[in-house]
Amino acid sequence: MNWKKPALFDFPGVSRRRFVQGLAAGGAVAAIPTSTWAKSTRAAAYTSVPVLAGREFDLVISPIAVNYTGRARMATAINGSIPAPTLIWREGETVTLRVTNKLSVPTSIHWHGILLPFGMDGVPGISYGGIAPGETFTYRFKVQQSGTYWYHSHTGFQEMTGMYGSIVVQPAIGDALKTQRDYVVQLSDWTDEHPMSVFARLKTQSDYYNFNQPTVADFVADVSTKGVKQALSIRKMWNEMRMSPRDLADVSAHTFTYLMNGATPSANWSGLYSRGEKVRLRFINGSSNTFYDVRIPGAPLTVIQADGQNIEPVTVDEFRFGPGETYDVIVEPKDDAHSIFAQSMDRTGYACGTLTTRAGLSAPVPRLDKPEPLTMTDMMGAMSHEAPGTDKNNKPGLMTNHDGMKMDHAGMAMDHGGMTMDHSQHSGKAHEMPLATPSRTVNHASTEYGPSTDMRVDMPRTNLDDPGVGLRNNGRRVLTLSDLHTIGGAMDPRLPEREVELHLTGNMERYSWSFDGLEFGASTPVHFRHGERLRVILQNDTMMTHPMHLHGMWSELENDRGEFVARRHTIAVQPAQRISFQVTADALGRWAWHCHLLFHMDAGMFREVVVS
Amino acid sequence: MIIYSEYSLKFSIRFFMSVFLSSLGSVAYAGDTEKPQLHEHSAIKMTMQGGRAPEKSRSPHAYADGLSLSSGPYSLSGVPRIKMADEHSFWATTFNRFEVVNADPGDFGRFDGQAWFGRTYNRMVIKAEGEVANGALTESATELLFSHAIASFWDIQSGIRHDTSEGPARDWLALGFQGLAPYWFEIDGAVYLGEQGRSMLQIEVEYELLFTQRLILQPRFETTIYGQNDEDAGVGSGLSRVSAGVRLRYEFTRQIAPYVGVEWSGKYGSTADLSRAEGRDVHDTMLVAGVRFWF
Repeated sequence: MNWKKPALFDFPGVSRRRFVQGLAAGGAVAAIPTSTWAKSTRAAAYTSVPVLAGREFDLVISPIAVNYTGRARMATAINGSIPAPTLIWREGETVTLRVTNKLSVPTSIHWHGILLPFGMDGVPGISYGGIAPGETFTYRFKVQQSGTYWYHSHTGFQEMTGMYGSIVVQPAIGDALKTQRDYVVQLSDWTDEHPMSVFARLKTQSDYYNFNQPTVADFVADVSTKGVKQALSIRKMWNEMRMSPRDLADVSAHTFTYLMNGATPSANWSGLYSRGEKVRLRFINGSSNTFYDVRIPGAPLTVIQADGQNIEPVTVDEFRFGPGETYDVIVEPKDDAHSIFAQSMDRTGYACGTLTTRAGLSAPVPRLDKPEPLTMTDMMGAMSHEAPGTDKNNKPGLMTNHDGMKMDHAGMAMDHGGMTMDHSQHSGKAHEMPLATPSRTVNHASTEYGPSTDMRVDMPRTNLDDPGVGLRNNGRRVLTLSDLHTIGGAMDPRLPEREVELHLTGNMERYSWSFDGLEFGASTPVHFRHGERLRVILQNDTMMTHPMHLHGMWSELENDRGEFVARRHTIAVQPAQRISFQVTADALGRWAWHCHLLFHMDAGMFREVVVS
Repeated sequence: MIIYSEYSLKFSIRFFMSVFLSSLGSVAYAGDTEKPQLHEHSAIKMTMQGGRAPEKSRSPHAYADGLSLSSGPYSLSGVPRIKMADEHSFWATTFNRFEVVNADPGDFGRFDGQAWFGRTYNRMVIKAEGEVANGALTESATELLFSHAIASFWDIQSGIRHDTSEGPARDWLALGFQGLAPYWFEIDGAVYLGEQGRSMLQIEVEYELLFTQRLILQPRFETTIYGQNDEDAGVGSGLSRVSAGVRLRYEFTRQIAPYVGVEWSGKYGSTADLSRAEGRDVHDTMLVAGVRFWF
């Protein structure tokens, strides 16, 4: 370990030792002998997530034997650890990371959410050539931000086999928030199968891992409670369109074991605290394909950071996050033990650990919620007359350019069309500055009408206050995007000079995912002009939620009135939702931009962005 | 008789093509220029799926400013560009039916498999179907096809087919389609053209009814229509064979599912006449037991 700069651990009220002991203690608790895990071949490696701090780091990537399920498997580890060591950096310092590949195949490391020169971003074939077997690549860049981030392989499915770790960047001066305990809680998912086999199975049968499909019994139950007519009418549109309302996740607990800091629920990762202490939990979704719904029964979560950026604290019972996203929360546990419960969005399994005052204690683990089917809102957005959201600003009435002749006459379809449509909603100011608010006119790409795309949304919803399927009206206060307010506002006061509209598309039957109906291999880059402030509109024309991650630059999420919401590196776009964010294109080079559900990315929901 | 059969073949082709096209959404969409009403879901769905791109729809390359993935500023020299699974080929072999058929003259075995290799939208497909009795192949149909995706749920397939039977072997050119119709009907249909003006139309329809997540009933319907008599092969023109069956399988895994079922089959028209002349039954009800599997 690298202890060059002890000041790095200057958590107010917490000594550096305590921080490290916290993580170590958590790991040790996880090794309770009753767990199947303790007997495994990797018990020694997982008992604590190592912490490395300083300016210089040596990371070695090698295969490692693991056993999460009772079956021995090979995984990919960094410094012999899964998760990889937690890296502690300090804002303003230059870090050097020497990464040595001891695998028999090429590898890479991407620093997720970190602003850096594009050659240091770690995407093989875009930022550099990757790291060949036996070679060492040296990353060196100045850390320009603080907060919670993570790192992972960007090669093949290596991330899914164990190559992920967390990064904590201390602010240049102190930390505004005083907590006595500080833990990273990194969630992931593990499969005993080869990831490519899982992908290939989905390619052959896309509902392979879905054991929650509508059955005859469901139909009979609906008939008995709702009557034949209603039961048929619920199913009519879904079946006509060949879409399944039960399609909540591509990969389920049928093959996944859900991990918290590398520990299975039975291994029970634990974080210690003393009564009366505040605990900071840095939640990182480092999973490959899993959205998690996280809560700590008996302890409300005060969310203070999203994607490493401080937000105005907001207290909730639960939050959902997708692969790539991070949320820092403060909790003040009252009891001796609380479960940290993270159920998968499809409700097939969960990751779980414990916050406790004494090693070895555990709290009741909540039951999995019943899976809720997708609604018409998830399929049709604002066109649906169901209204599960409570948002008053969700204005239906968006038009597509093929719904009427208006759009075709508009010439510069997007901007002018948007103006025409939005007259009634714009203030006088907006008339002078047409890009003050995001365009509401839906423009499908010509390539969305072919075999790659199984549906298009003509009237998307633009509200940000929907917690999403399975979390609506569940009796708990659930975080939504509209709850986020990054402290300090937008980083660039300029209005966007132009809009770039892209649609998230897919075909579940073919298990194909894309932007604009075009997979990566057939695509061309999206060009950002150096120095410009632009607006990116993402419309989700699928029935799955996609955590969209733009490398190299912040995505500054705004609402449908063009008001700044939050600075993110990964934004989850819900089914039939249209969101927009602004980007300051200040990072020259080539960057990856993709869905962070690893299988969606690999299926082609991926674009290259060129800033020049 | 010949006139009738040509008519019936043309009619059938037209019928299934219209079913096919309307399921693409294009026919329905072309005629639907009115703005959809908020509460008319069925009208809306037509604009949500399929259809043709409006002339002025956005180009997916509009934001590239002439850049490509492998050239332009900051592109890496000497480093191959990143490739995702959309540029990789996959394959699978599926045996939908692999069974013993309990029939009157004696039990026989039947196989019905498909293998594919390729990327998402273009694949090579092999279809093989046949019957085995007393250790010998009594009947078979083998197709080698190029499969090309033309709509969200539909592929067109073209290639060649080779049939063997108790009579002479027959070779065909095949042009068909395979895909998923609204309400989840899996459809596989093709027109075949052979030597000496022979023609054949075959349609298979399957459905899956889930009693539980693993106990699944699969109704299956198949029909064959010939354009002209081929007495050597034992078939007559017009509607020739119809079979309908149900198979109840239990998916121990998604990839291995034993089943039992019952199948009814009948011969019609001059094909039935030929069978009767040979003293064979024209209708048959059979029990089947087998395993559905893929790898």
